[in-house]
Amino acid sequence: MSGPLRGLLALALLAGLPWLLPGDFYVNLASQVLIYALFAIGLNLLVGYGGLTSLGHAAYFGVSAYACAWLTTQAGLGPAAAAAGALALGTATAGVFGVLALRASGLGFLMITLALGQIVWGMAYRWVALTGGDNGIRLADRPVVLGLDATTPIGFYYLAAGVFAIAFYTIRRTALSPFGACLRGSRDQPRRMAALGHNVWLLRWLAFVMSGFWGSAAGLLYLYYHKFVSPQVLALQQSAEGLLMVILGGASTLTGPVVGAVVITLVKNLASSYVDRWYALLGVIFIVAVVFMPRGMVPGVAGLWARRRAPQS
Amino acid sequence: MQFYVIQTLNSLALGGVLFLLSSGFSLIFGLQRIPNLAHGALFMLGAYIGTSLISRGVDFWAAAVLSGIAVGLLGAALERLILRRLAGNEQGQVLVTLGVAFIIADVCLMVWTGDPIPVPAPDGLRRPIFAYGLAFPTYRLVVVGVAVVMAVLLFLLIERTRLGAMIRAGVDDMEMARGVGIRVSRLFSITFFFGVALAGAAGVVAGPIFSAYPGLDADMLPLALVVVILGGVGSLLGAFVGSFVVGFVYNFGTALLPDLAYVILFLPMVLALVFKPEGLFGRARP
Repeated sequence: MSGPLRGLLALALLAGLPWLLPGDFYVNLASQVLIYALFAIGLNLLVGYGGLTSLGHAAYFGVSAYACAWLTTQAGLGPAAAAAGALALGTATAGVFGVLALRASGLGFLMITLALGQIVWGMAYRWVALTGGDNGIRLADRPVVLGLDATTPIGFYYLAAGVFAIAFYTIRRTALSPFGACLRGSRDQPRRMAALGHNVWLLRWLAFVMSGFWGSAAGLLYLYYHKFVSPQVLALQQSAEGLLMVILGGASTLTGPVVGAVVITLVKNLASSYVDRWYALLGVIFIVAVVFMPRGMVPGVAGLWARRRAPQS
Repeated sequence: MQFYVIQTLNSLALGGVLFLLSSGFSLIFGLQRIPNLAHGALFMLGAYIGTSLISRGVDFWAAAVLSGIAVGLLGAALERLILRRLAGNEQGQVLVTLGVAFIIADVCLMVWTGDPIPVPAPDGLRRPIFAYGLAFPTYRLVVVGVAVVMAVLLFLLIERTRLGAMIRAGVDDMEMARGVGIRVSRLFSITFFFGVALAGAAGVVAGPIFSAYPGLDADMLPLALVVVILGGVGSLLGAFVGSFVVGFVYNFGTALLPDLAYVILFLPMVLALVFKPEGLFGRARP
């Protein structure tokens, strides 16, 4: 199958999915999957293509959700202005944190992003005047976006699906562009890339900011979906879940994080209806994924597929 | 005046606890290149085990040592059974420690429930000392003393003993240390055991100040990270100075501007990253 055909087929599946699902519960579940898939493909730009493992990515997700909730309820802005402000603030946070975290790479980078993420979490928790502390901020209702009424499950699904499709297309184009090639180069051979005249720091910072932008977009959708935001969205677990989706599905593949998001979100929903020990289960999946599936599901399955086909051709 | 005396002592006590927590973290990171993200969770586990021991009539200090040993053994098992399988895959090792942290936190919630459990200070240390017309909380002074004694002991261990010399050799150049016949893998287990045991014992020592509650791990881990980023990885002196800087900044921040405590905590880290990214006492690594 050629690329465009596959794209159209995926788009048709995305558009037709609500009609295949038996009820609102499943449509809502699909919307949740899309929100996390958006978060994961954005994170993958940094983790997979940039080779920079961030453990503080919930920061942009949460900052944008909080900003939109605050701008709507406290500052009284309209939905469009609040959403634009939230995306701008989330992306700007990523810009600043990127400058700080990129003082290091590898494990230092990981520790700094983790510390920064935890500090934002602590702020949301303690700065009660601004964030409402543990009570969080409640949003009155979902907005109507471009004539699409997001208050219904189907309407929200199409909003999330639209944003996700745009994000996936953009990230695919980014990954396949010369910029994407340079970014992968800076992941594999940073010194060689620098010697070739590429500004490795700038490449990484741009990947960081783009990744933060899509994280902010996912945060915005999260707020619209739940109509509520609390420090929970900024917790380390949120960052870790996103990273697990990327790694479980397969970092630096386009579809891997999507598969990871589907699996983790479904397992999470399924598990939480039987046991309330989700975090322990998350920890176990983490260990199993890292020890037994270091390359992720998508490359693993693709490898098996290639081996099956090889003898015939 | 009384306010500043109390807050200064609180800051010193917090700094002492942070040193016990972050010195192990820093040594493990320096030697094994593993930022052990389960360190906060192990600190919390130590505190909880301590509460259970004390409620069964075990002496406070004995409980601290026993919790430390129990947590240390768990850490050594983690290092032997899982982390060693992932040798060379640093990112995988970090993610495993994070998974372990989630499991420990959830198990603690299951076993000790969600209610905070206060830890009584040892007998004889509960009443404040009165001097110069001011009250000094005795237990906090003792915590500072414990931290200073541990710092001296650790310094002597690292700088004056054969084991310490081997650890320093491993931190400087692991390949070369292996080459001259040091069993680096056994060194890893020993460091991991001690580093993690310190965290577990610190949980009990900090108990009378913080008590044991769910979320203690998430409160302590960022503080330990800020200490290590500030002080420099693998440096005992860095962990010591960083702990007390963070102790003062965080404690006075919480007391004077409670809403902004976390923003203020962020400042020394930002300054360190901008002006000296390898930390105050760290060395640039290749």
